Amino acid sequence: MNLLLSSFSSLTNKVLMALAGLFLVTFLGVHLGINLLLLNNDGGRAFTAAASFMGTNSIIKVFEIVLFAGFLLHIILGMMVSGQNKAARPSTYVVSNHSATAPFSKYMFHTGIIVFLFLLLHFFDFYFIKIGLVAPPDGIASHDFYSRTLLLFSTPWYSLLYIVCFVALGIHLNHAIQSAFQTLGLNHSKYMDAVKVIGSVYSLLITVGFSIVPLFILFYRH
Amino acid sequence: MNFTLKIWRQKNAVAKGEMVTYAVSEISPDSSFFEMLDALNQQLITSGGDPVAFDHDCREGICGTCSLYINGRPHGPLKGVTTCQLHMRSFKDGDTIHIEPWRAKAFPIIRDLIVDRSALDKIIQAGGYVSVHTGGVPDANTIPVPHEKAESAMDAAACIGCGACVAACSNAAAMLFVGAKVSHLALLPQGKVEAAKRVQKMVACMDELGFGNCSNTYACEAECPKGISVVNIARMNRQFLAANLLSEREKVVNISL
Repeated sequence: MNLLLSSFSSLTNKVLMALAGLFLVTFLGVHLGINLLLLNNDGGRAFTAAASFMGTNSIIKVFEIVLFAGFLLHIILGMMVSGQNKAARPSTYVVSNHSATAPFSKYMFHTGIIVFLFLLLHFFDFYFIKIGLVAPPDGIASHDFYSRTLLLFSTPWYSLLYIVCFVALGIHLNHAIQSAFQTLGLNHSKYMDAVKVIGSVYSLLITVGFSIVPLFILFYRH
Repeated sequence: MNFTLKIWRQKNAVAKGEMVTYAVSEISPDSSFFEMLDALNQQLITSGGDPVAFDHDCREGICGTCSLYINGRPHGPLKGVTTCQLHMRSFKDGDTIHIEPWRAKAFPIIRDLIVDRSALDKIIQAGGYVSVHTGGVPDANTIPVPHEKAESAMDAAACIGCGACVAACSNAAAMLFVGAKVSHLALLPQGKVEAAKRVQKMVACMDELGFGNCSNTYACEAECPKGISVVNIARMNRQFLAANLLSEREKVVNISL
């Protein structure tokens, strides 16, 4: 796969990365919607129902494969493109660059790595338990995401780590959304400012939305 | 005015370079950056030293020959000017000024502050032209060109090919240069015919020469002495996508004798 991708043009790589990224962005919205059901004071009934729908519906199952492919493509291309970019300047400047840039745009690789590490942690915490690769903690059934979530978020350091990861994701998305539009050639004076604002608002909503859940469990329910 | 200069010295393409410190004094605030470097070189020649090699030609901001990465910014601290239009009044008396060459794999250093920018010429050779003779200046409105298209094409054509975009880019990408060159031809009727092939050839050439990819930091736009907009990069992306997805397949005619 790596060999195939490296034979593509620099622009093709970026377009694929942008499309995969935009798909992941829409997925995050759906995921957030389900997570916010945890704020419902119903003993996790709505959340569990949504989670089990996502786990059993056959259309969602197909999308799950597309989602994994999207993650894989975005991550592999990200690594590859970053490698090529490093190689394009073998000897670096003595004085580091002072040019004005789009906010956070220079830290896409760094924030990407944090999100990737979080993704691995997230797989160990939930997905691998569900599919039986990792044993669930004592007293929690492998598909009981609600109890698992409550247990994880009742640990303050875990909640803090979780929030830090979502701040990194928000920083990543703040540049990513408008950047994807630019890469796809969709930059026009008519709507680019709106894209930038909507992208920033969306990324802020993702960070705040996902962070509310652990804070709520830590301070309100616990 | 007095300055401490830290300048990249490198004997040739293969030698190891280093920053060397020099002092210049009694520089007029109205002297240009190059006149200041001329004074330093005169000083070095008089004392039997080796003058600093740097690129310059028109010294009026239109030829694209001058370069220099000054205190972490291509063409120095001012917006919208080339190094040759920079004057010493833009610095404070007693400042330490770091001067480096453009750095990119595609721009190998020849000596001191001079880099080989023929990679940009190669990209032009790959497709930055109109293949047919389009004649002399036609009568007004014989070829209809909408006003806004003419303006956008002219804005893109303002690129002087200095390479500041590559120097500023954290990935040493030439996207702004190629975007501008693709745009200014594709926006006009004479260049439109070959637009699809042009963008494919120029992008392929750019990749081959070892320039980096675009991560849309827009440092290129911020540093371009001619104010070329990243809208041109988006236009290049759009045309590249369209060329690959939508362009007609070429009809191959086999002639057997």
